[in-house]
Amino acid sequence: MPSPVSPSRRDPGGPARLDHLSEPRPVRYVLIGLSLAFLVLFLFLPLLVVFTEALRNGLSVYLQAVADPFALSAIKLTLVVAAIVVPFNALFGLAAAWAISRFDFRGKQVLTTLIDLPFSVSPVISGMLFVLLFGAHGLLGPWLIRHDVKIMFALPGLVLATLFVTSPYVARELIPLMRAQGSDEEEAAITLGASGWQTFFRVSLPKIRWGLLYGIVLCNARAMGEFGAVSVVSGHIRGMTNTIPLHVEILYNEYQFAASFAVASLLTFLALVTLVVKGLVEGKSGRLLS
Amino acid sequence: MAEKGRGRGRILPGFGLSMGITLTYLVLVILIPLATLVLKSATITWPEFWATVTEPRALAAYRLSFLASFAAASINAVFGLLVAWVLERYTFPFKRIVDGLVDLPFALPTAVAGIVLTTFYSGNGWVGRLLEPRGIKVAYTPLGVVVALTFVGLPFVVRTVQPVLRELDPQIEGAAATLGAGRLQTFLRVILPGLLPTVLTGFTLAFARGLGEYGSVIFIAGNMPMRSEITPLLIMIKLEQFDYAGAAAIALVFLLASFSLLLFINALSWRGLRRARAAAG
Repeated sequence: MPSPVSPSRRDPGGPARLDHLSEPRPVRYVLIGLSLAFLVLFLFLPLLVVFTEALRNGLSVYLQAVADPFALSAIKLTLVVAAIVVPFNALFGLAAAWAISRFDFRGKQVLTTLIDLPFSVSPVISGMLFVLLFGAHGLLGPWLIRHDVKIMFALPGLVLATLFVTSPYVARELIPLMRAQGSDEEEAAITLGASGWQTFFRVSLPKIRWGLLYGIVLCNARAMGEFGAVSVVSGHIRGMTNTIPLHVEILYNEYQFAASFAVASLLTFLALVTLVVKGLVEGKSGRLLS
Repeated sequence: MAEKGRGRGRILPGFGLSMGITLTYLVLVILIPLATLVLKSATITWPEFWATVTEPRALAAYRLSFLASFAAASINAVFGLLVAWVLERYTFPFKRIVDGLVDLPFALPTAVAGIVLTTFYSGNGWVGRLLEPRGIKVAYTPLGVVVALTFVGLPFVVRTVQPVLRELDPQIEGAAATLGAGRLQTFLRVILPGLLPTVLTGFTLAFARGLGEYGSVIFIAGNMPMRSEITPLLIMIKLEQFDYAGAAAIALVFLLASFSLLLFINALSWRGLRRARAAAG
């Protein structure tokens, strides 16, 4: 598909830049060296630490930590939360992107800002909002206790906090993509007599599938890895309300470092898979996702 | 481009449905919870509120949060620009992998980042072992907070600057060279002024992320009240003591302060962008 904006000038290393338009070779080497040193020190070596620490006491300790009943129940809980949260936020992202990219209305800028809002709220504050609402001393707390509805320190609380924190991801990916693509093809389909849903499933969805996939993968990574917000609403009950990141924290604070890093390595794999998907999607859609 | 020509007559269906879903979701999941914060802060009297948000421990926490985020965002502004430049302009082995891994802090859960950085920079760690004999303690000090926030914020600057750097018109640099400017002069006088608003935007994003960050910081910070305790942690402690009103008050002040600061920086970068555009003709 042709690039929607201007023909992009991405020819890494293509026709050699003219000499007077680049830096002298020694300067180039120093700059490359400096930035690689920075990245190695701040990103790459720390990444290696996960695996060296996880395997420090051997493979059997690693497997034991991952197959521990508490670890397994944390993994299960994390999967359940993500399985509830991600479809909701994908639907929200699709609806928001459709409304914002396909129609003109007043207050569009405000709406876009509101969608982004959870990104600029600290995860701890995000989790706290739900404690203030549903906690024992919260606004609805007494009513919930009288009717025996458990939200805090239970699955619904975890889901709500994760919904809040991860709500912008799919919308953030789709809004700029759908804006750049425009709606000419959809309008043509409607004019030719297709119904609204036909147009959506046959024309719009195929156009945005890679962006949607990436948004979902990002949303899922954050949903499974969320720590601060979940930490506030979980209550840290082992085997009950502990997600994978919270389990990592508990093991670490109990000085079970190898076990803690072993469980953390699962989340690191998830992060690496996310990065690979991102690379693939970029290759497919030929644009830089940020 | 795409915006233009879409007149009043709506051809496409689905406005009511998509808008309905969007607004319902926003109200239920985001706006009602946020409104609770204001309501809860309002349950204490004004003098109590003021005393809570200005107690020395809270002031020390705001100070650390803002200073450490500022320091980390500044480091990222410099090194993020450098990394973006090197990735866009030069070729070297494994460049694509390096480019891809820049996003690691976006994808890696913060708790994992926290335990990894702590292990890496503590006295027994790969880097901590080299630094501590020289009297530089990173883990369990405010410096550790800066290191964690630098890790978390790096991709924001790199990914904001990269596309702009790619779209820069090479003719301008050519013109500068033809007129006799050296490379350094061209960079400082021609390229950098055009890039600064973008760098500032990346700085702002990294700064905002740093202010709210929790997971990666609490492991490495040491969490000493008055010294290495960030604001989100203080809120967490108040919640654990069931001091909901106090936690809400501090959160409200912290959020308002962060939002106004970010608005201010955004205004600055808008002005810079307008000026750069005006200068470009």
